[in-house]
Amino acid sequence: MMEDLKLVISPSPHIRDKDTTQNIMFSVLVSLLPVLVAAVYFFGLNALRLVVLSSAAAVATEAVFQKLRKKPITVWDGSALVTGMLLGLIVPPTLPSWMVVLGSVFAIAIGKQVFGGLGQNPFNPALVGRAFLTASFAVPMTAWTGPFDTVSAATPLALGAARTSLPDLFFGSVAGSLGETSALAILLGGIYLFYRGALDYRIPLGIFGSTIVISLLAGQNPVFHLLSGSLLFGAVFMATDMVTSPVTPIGRWIFGIGVGLIIMLIRLWGSYPEGVTFAILIMNAVTPLLNRWTRPRIYGQGVKASE
Amino acid sequence: MMTERTFPRGGREIPHRKEATENKAILVMGAPPVVTIPMQQHIGAPCEPIVAVGDHVKIGQKIGESKKYVCAPIHASVSGRVTAVEPRSLLNGQKVMSVVIENDGQEEQLTNSPSDVKKMSPKAIREAVKEAGIVGMGGAGFPTHIKLDPPKPVDTILINGAECEPYLTCDHRLMVEKPTELVGGLRAIMKAAGASRGIIGIEGNKPDAVAILKETIKDDPDLSIVVLQVRYPQGAEKQLIKAVLNREVPSGALPCEVGCVVNNVHTAIAVYQALTEGVPSYERVVTISGGAVLDPRNVLVRIGTPVQALLDYCGGLMGEPAVIVSGGPMTGPPVVNLEGPVVKNLSGILALTPEEVDFDENRPCIRCARCVNACPMGLAPNMLGLYSDKGLYNEAAKIGLRDCIECGLCSYVCPSRRALVTWIKSGKAGLAAQQTKEKVV
Repeated sequence: MMEDLKLVISPSPHIRDKDTTQNIMFSVLVSLLPVLVAAVYFFGLNALRLVVLSSAAAVATEAVFQKLRKKPITVWDGSALVTGMLLGLIVPPTLPSWMVVLGSVFAIAIGKQVFGGLGQNPFNPALVGRAFLTASFAVPMTAWTGPFDTVSAATPLALGAARTSLPDLFFGSVAGSLGETSALAILLGGIYLFYRGALDYRIPLGIFGSTIVISLLAGQNPVFHLLSGSLLFGAVFMATDMVTSPVTPIGRWIFGIGVGLIIMLIRLWGSYPEGVTFAILIMNAVTPLLNRWTRPRIYGQGVKASE
Repeated sequence: MMTERTFPRGGREIPHRKEATENKAILVMGAPPVVTIPMQQHIGAPCEPIVAVGDHVKIGQKIGESKKYVCAPIHASVSGRVTAVEPRSLLNGQKVMSVVIENDGQEEQLTNSPSDVKKMSPKAIREAVKEAGIVGMGGAGFPTHIKLDPPKPVDTILINGAECEPYLTCDHRLMVEKPTELVGGLRAIMKAAGASRGIIGIEGNKPDAVAILKETIKDDPDLSIVVLQVRYPQGAEKQLIKAVLNREVPSGALPCEVGCVVNNVHTAIAVYQALTEGVPSYERVVTISGGAVLDPRNVLVRIGTPVQALLDYCGGLMGEPAVIVSGGPMTGPPVVNLEGPVVKNLSGILALTPEEVDFDENRPCIRCARCVNACPMGLAPNMLGLYSDKGLYNEAAKIGLRDCIECGLCSYVCPSRRALVTWIKSGKAGLAAQQTKEKVV
């Protein structure tokens, strides 16, 4: 008889989309695989060393932090792993191990957990880690080496467009941070993320659009600007971080355009050769405002009855 | 191939899961030995019982009514003896004054005399609809005679055949099996409300219904069929009006503000039967489905039949359902009491297996914006949910709390399985309570 039935009394909806936060984080990890393969191909075991250490440090920091705060340990959601991997892929190949570990601890502890953990951080944690490392260890953080060896070399941004081969820039055979050199690998990852529904096209397209327009206005090669430095990696994997970018469609356009604008301002007139980190962090700070200013029109508001 | 129409923003295609019942003819379940008929099966004032214990009643005999305007009378669904007039538990566990009738098996029918709709005045139609106790059978349960007397002139009657909730197929089967009655009901409703045009909107996953109804209306220039894109919540009133007529109902207003009235398929058929056959609202078609039901079906069943008997009629349950839902899985509340009765606005009973359902987990919001993109009203459910959950009702009201239609799509798409629509519903209740309090103070 039915008296024995143990019915769950839960509110509607009773069915849910299969996609979960964990799946989304997993998709981001998968999308980083081409970049990781390219990094190992061009920079050898240094790439593996830095990414593994950074990832392990991020996950461990999250677990320790949650343990200390007596919160449930949620490292299995994959978000700390994503941050660790991202940070590992945006440092120079010869960075000492302890530095990347320190950066990763900082990224999770100060960039994420002090704000309350997943979803609460205003700034992209991996970029917080990178900004911290750049400010603390300026020399090792800009000690670039060429691909396939450890001889120091200038990055394309330092060399300029005239002295850089665009095919090399596209495939990644240039000096730079581990995961940022191969445009091809980044685009493969980006396409996968888009296909999985975990990437909003508006943000990268906004960044590309404003970068192209400003390069053209400044009389520079827009393709060079798109492919060099951290721009592509930042546009695909960093600026699209859901937690720290706007939730509204128009907000996302403005966010992307703003990031591209600040990148180009820094590149053209700033004292740094590259500005992706700060461009995204600045736009992260504007995100709550963008969310408020760009709310969609609510159905039925502002319309009049027909007579 | 005709282009399918839809509403412009938000919404999402979700799994239909209608295969189990959509191609099976409606079965007629015999009257149960005992029926329990609640005195409130509609939005508005409850009815007062007008029979007493020991009274003999016939099928179709009025057993509850009220003098209030927003109300629909209640009729007996079996013939027999009244054995109790007392509060009984509904499917949701809430106790409501009910009339319990023991079926004597005689099936004695008391019907009003059939009328010729062509000769009836609009007022006479509305009066007959009211007397028949017809309410919105899609789920809302709003008394139909009030909708047929709109405070503003209307030009169009929309019949909602979208049936966008997964699993449910009762409207689909009715469109296929009772097209003449549906069109007759639409015609009567048009006359009663003074509308010159009638449109039936049907989601594209019911091509058989579209074909049959097109054939049925082919000689009537005032009527048309609009095929709608399969997209939840296509059957929500405001989304349906936008899709079919490209009219936008102003915030807080009724559809008649934009010249139309929307009625459900089953409601229109009930109107037809009330007028031409003199049959009041004492039975309805209910979809019994879900992975835990042995033989999923659409069943024509008497109002007041215990849901347990209805499930048994469909072969009973196999395995342990995780949850039993009244209505559709997106908006339907859970069933607490299986002995609770079938009521006029019950469209389905779904016994869902653990594999079919997912529950709230309330993991942290990662601001993925899926709820914002999915909201058919252009709201930000992430913020509405947050404000409502924290008791910040005025903040929530400023960003459109009252405009939420509670379709549940925000909760559906949330990858962190947050209870967004549940919080928003509680926020609405909280806001109303707060405003009542302020008025008193």
